[in-house]
Amino acid sequence: MKTPRLLLAAMLLPLSFAAHADKLRLPADAPPAFQAECASCHLAFPPQLLAADDWRRVMASLDKHYGDNASLDEKTRRAIEDFLVRNAGSVRKLGAGKAATGEPPRLTATAWFRRKHHEVPPTDWTHAKVKSPANCVACHTRAEEGSYREREIVMPDGRRWED
Amino acid sequence: MKHATLAILATLCAAAAQAATPAELLDGYRAEAARQSAGFQPSAQRGAEFFQHRFGASAKMPSCASCHTDNPAQPGRHVVTDKAIKPLAPAANAGRFTDPAKVEKWFRRNCTEVVGRECSAAEKADFVAFLLGGR
Repeated sequence: MKTPRLLLAAMLLPLSFAAHADKLRLPADAPPAFQAECASCHLAFPPQLLAADDWRRVMASLDKHYGDNASLDEKTRRAIEDFLVRNAGSVRKLGAGKAATGEPPRLTATAWFRRKHHEVPPTDWTHAKVKSPANCVACHTRAEEGSYREREIVMPDGRRWED
Repeated sequence: MKHATLAILATLCAAAAQAATPAELLDGYRAEAARQSAGFQPSAQRGAEFFQHRFGASAKMPSCASCHTDNPAQPGRHVVTDKAIKPLAPAANAGRFTDPAKVEKWFRRNCTEVVGRECSAAEKADFVAFLLGGR
């Protein structure tokens, strides 16, 4: 009895490490344009949260950016895309950012993201303070610094997140 | 003719590369608007009306005030992403309207989004006059 359990734990350990992305610091090679162009409207999303092909799709349709026109000149667009692709996550770990037809991929639509948030009740997602699942700072109070630890989570109604 | 064009170009390039004051930016827009309509003078009052006007091109952000709040000296919030936006008024945020390229970029993006077209030099002049002069 004891051995299989230990074995199971040993097998799960590396998996749980891989799935615990407590730290998603902005990679040091971020071009200044990443902050100036992307992070002026939303969080400087960690490039690790989408796979390379998905980032390429996002960056190929900036004129239709989730209802906004976020077009950039080609040089800037290229610099940001290269940075995102260089630091992209693995599609095997994340899954694809499946979005509605005609929409660019969403980092909130990967299997990984949904698995990490499956315990969050619908009332939190639709809370007036949240507005969008991509509004990380609504609950991850230190997301701006790239920190997503569980103990830093404050739900929109003020309650702490208990596992 | 050629010399004049070159001189204008050189001035424009120099202006684009340089930091400016909001007053200089306002004067640039005023001069451009005056070339299109003789005697144009910026109006903070018209700028205030423009700021509040509900253009309706975008359901989520009908007016400038949708994100920047009714008071441009206050911080705002992006209505879609909820991202905090620093105050627009230079009196509350010294960095505003000091980088001509940045100002043009945001006029282009936000006018297209909110007004449904690019803004004219006259509208930009009124807008900056409003933000500089309060009401």
